[in-house]
Order: sequence, then structure tokens, then C-alpha cells
Amino acid sequence: MKILVAVKRVIDYSIKVHVKSDGSGIDFSGVKMSINPFDEIAIEEAVRLKEKGIASEIVAVSIGEKTCQESLRTALALGADRAIHVETSFETQPLCVAKALKALVERENPRLVILGKQAIDDDCNQTGQMLAALLSWPQGTFVSRLNVKEDEIEVVREIDGGLETLKMSLPAVVTTDLRLNEPRYATLPNIMKAKQKPFEILGEDVLGIDLKPHLKTLCVAEPPKRQAGIKVTTVDELIDKLQNEAKVI
Amino acid sequence: MSLLLIAEHDHETIAPATFAVLTAAEKFSVPIHVIIMGSSCQKVTEEISFYENVEKVWIVENQALSHFIPENMVNTLLELAKGYKFILAPSTTFGKNLLPRLAALLDVAQISDVIEIQDQNKFVRPIYAGNALATVTSEDAIKVLTVRPTAFEKAKKGSLKAPIELYPFVPPSIRGLTFVKKEESSAERPELTNASIVVSGGRGLQSKDNFALIEDLADLLGAAIGASRAAVDAGFVPNDYQVGQTGKVVAPTLYIAVGISGAIQHLAGMKESKVIVAINKDPDAPIFQVADYGIVGDLFTILPELTAKMKTVMKN
Repeated sequence: MKILVAVKRVIDYSIKVHVKSDGSGIDFSGVKMSINPFDEIAIEEAVRLKEKGIASEIVAVSIGEKTCQESLRTALALGADRAIHVETSFETQPLCVAKALKALVERENPRLVILGKQAIDDDCNQTGQMLAALLSWPQGTFVSRLNVKEDEIEVVREIDGGLETLKMSLPAVVTTDLRLNEPRYATLPNIMKAKQKPFEILGEDVLGIDLKPHLKTLCVAEPPKRQAGIKVTTVDELIDKLQNEAKVI
Repeated sequence: MSLLLIAEHDHETIAPATFAVLTAAEKFSVPIHVIIMGSSCQKVTEEISFYENVEKVWIVENQALSHFIPENMVNTLLELAKGYKFILAPSTTFGKNLLPRLAALLDVAQISDVIEIQDQNKFVRPIYAGNALATVTSEDAIKVLTVRPTAFEKAKKGSLKAPIELYPFVPPSIRGLTFVKKEESSAERPELTNASIVVSGGRGLQSKDNFALIEDLADLLGAAIGASRAAVDAGFVPNDYQVGQTGKVVAPTLYIAVGISGAIQHLAGMKESKVIVAINKDPDAPIFQVADYGIVGDLFTILPELTAKMKTVMKN
């Protein structure tokens, strides 16, 4: 079974982002970039399926600027077999990305597409669902357990207040939640080997889709800062404050 | 020029998040229609029909809708949506799962997790886990939004009843999808995102067993239990307890953080709480920078003392 995994390059999760002083966006200068953590989980899941003999080939894809190729190299080092980069200078928004992924799916014919439930930059949480809709495939979103059988999958989804288990026939789209697995690190030999793996670069025109964003960002601002309060020394004082000052109990 | 609000419910009651979306919907100053989809919806339809500013309630009933599976809902919504300019749902796992699927079929962008509606086409939404706020506008004819429930007050019940109309179910185009089961994590405690008090524990609790100290205080206060990612990763509590960037965003009246240092990822999920209390042994822990009341010390002495003394307070 062929699996397609989509990855997005984002500011590393450990970096505290700064808003540009003119309010035009986030300051990217000199900031460490990484694969979106949820997409790393998607790669790991695909690699594990290959190790179990369920997946035959893993194709990693990314849509965006030229620098995305670094993220795809990492995906190859983690175990993907091939990479496809769709190069565009447009800001990548979920609907357009979903359309590009649909075109890639039609080209590659995977049985399963795995991607992160959301990217930690725009926090949209849309692309997987949109791709499933455009393909008319079932979707297993926010998945923390994936069981692949011959022609169907069983997914355990993290929903508000619990877990939901669904069964769906393949082909399907799965979006990963945090605890689906713990991604491995790329080893040096694998990083070297990744350089030899097939790497395809496509212009956006090749897919025949319009990647022009539908949403426009008017401004970006820092959120209002919360003022630090006071320190109390005893439990009695704390209870007194909660009762008489904050009046919350 | 009306607005369609997709209600979340469990066939028994309307999810509180829906009432927050209703308040957000009022900002558009257009007639608000609510759609209820499910297998047996009379009770919840009655409930929502009495809310202020609801002009009409659509009801769609079918066995295929009993578990709110988006694939079974979208074809009906797609038919109905064409008559609306605005489509809103809560940014709960229900709304996040469903709405992008609908937006894609309408060929429009979705605006996720809106926290402020400035006008009919100007919305504020958090990005980078709330470390920045973006004001966005959409070029699409239909605006599809998920609304962050904690950012809006819950709408009030009125006295007038809105008319209820049946809408026909449009069968899904996807087959081979079956619901297996749903496991609720805790039926006795309030749901984390709806609770007015949340008691959260972090790595400082040191073990799964020690989380009983958190449970004691939470149960006394009728609070929900939360946790930091570190506590979840260490296996102290189940996944869905996690508050933060990649977990749940909460904004209760009172948030008590115990043994939580306050990593950016955690703060992103709770800093909108009305009153924050922090208990931590490290006086320099970042959690104290957002806490209204901080107490520095050993949680294993402070927490039992707090629970015991609260017990007396609650009795009086």
C-alpha cells in the first residue's frame, strides 16, 4: 500500500515568536524552522506501517517556498522513500493546500494520506478534512490510534471528553493527534542516505491549480499581556483572597 | 443575508459552546437560523428555540446522523448552506471535524477559532498558540467560521419561541464508514472546556497516584481536572486532560495550577482564565507571571491543607 504524507515547514515549537513592530506579521529572521510536530507524527506512523510490512512506499510532499525542501529531506531521513515539493511563493492556506494535495493524490494514487491535525503556525486544523472532502474520501481526524487492515482502517479519535472509535474503508485521510506515536530522530547515516533518494520539484502550474490565498491578514498583534498578581504566604491568606477579593468561591 | 449556526448537542442537551457561538452570531446583525442535526432531536430543538435572537430552527433527523459523523452531515448542509452568507460552528472537536469539510465543498476558506468579530468581514483569531493575534478578512462570498467558545459569553434564554422547520436529509456520498464506540473519560466531573473551575496538575505531582490530591480538591469544588503536557506524557492522566497549545483551551472563572511550571505551550491554553492560582515550589516558575495569586512551597503540604480548609469554607 502506498502512503502519502504531507509536511509543513513551521517555526520550531520551542521558539517564542515575535510580532514585527509594524504589525505586518511574524518576524522570521534568524528563527529556527522545523517540520510541524504533528506532521512528524504522520511520517513516523507511515514509517511504522512500512516496518510492519503494511505500507509499500511512502511519498512525502510539501507545498511552499523553496526552503520546504529541507523539511522534505528530513522526512526522507526519517524513512520516507520519495519526496515531492510543489514550489509556490504564495502564503499556503488550507483550502489551496488541500487542492494541491488532491492533485498529487490523483497523480500518485495512494491508499492512505496521513497528515498532522494542524500546523502550529496558523493553527487552522482544516487541511485534512478539506482534502477528504475534495477527494470524497472518509476522514479520521485527531487520531491517537490507527489500525490498518486489508481494505479498511480503524481509528481512535481524541474528542472533547473522551475517545471515539470509527471504522472506514480505504482510501482514507487520517490526521494525527499528539499521542499517536513518539517520532524517532533522524540518524546521521539516514541523513546521508536521504540525499540519494528521489526528489521531485514541481511548479504550481504543473498541477493546474490556483494557490492564491482566499484570506487576507490585515494585521498581526501581540496578545494583551496578563499582569502578574501577588504572592501569598499561607493557605489561609489564599482562601481569604479567593473569597473576599476575587470572589470566586 | 442570514446566518446559519450549526448547533452541537448530544440529543439530550445543547452543548454550552453553542450558546457562546450564538453570542458571536449576534455581532453580525443579521437573522440567525440554527440547524440541529441528529437522530432524535425534538428535545434539543425545543431548548434552542427559546433562545434570544434565534429566528428559526431547522431540524434534520436521520439514523445516519446519530453520531454526528461529518461525512453523513455535509450533503444536507451543502444544500442548505447555499442560502446563507455566514456559517458558524463552535471550534470544539465537533466543529473542527465538520466545518472544514463543508467549507471545502463550498469552495470557500474557513476562518478557524475566531475570538473577536469586528465587523461582517473582519475577524480576530489567535495564531502561534495564542502568542499572536491575526486580524483577517475573507474574499469568499460565504464566510465560514469556527468560533472559540471561551471568547464569548453564553447567550441567554428568551421567552419567545422561534419557529421550527423540518429540512430533508440528503444521503451521504461516502459509504463504508461505521461508528464503533465512544468512551467518555469521566461522567461525574464537568467537561474541561465548560467547567467554571479547573484544577490542573503538572510534573510536580510526581506520580499517577499523587494525582488523587488534585482529584480531592477538584471534587470538593465541583471542578474539572486538567494537566500539563508533561503530566500527560508521564502517564499520570489521560490525554484529554491536557490543557495547552496542542490540548484544550480553557477559560474558567478559577484556574488552579498545581506543580505546573508554566511553559508557553501550557499558558496558551489557560491564560484567559478569570482568576489564576499557582502553587509551585520554584519561586521563579513562569506560571507566577500570569497568576493572580501565587503560593511558593511544597504542593504535598499545601494542597492537602487547601483541600481541608476549603472543606470548612464550603460547609459554611
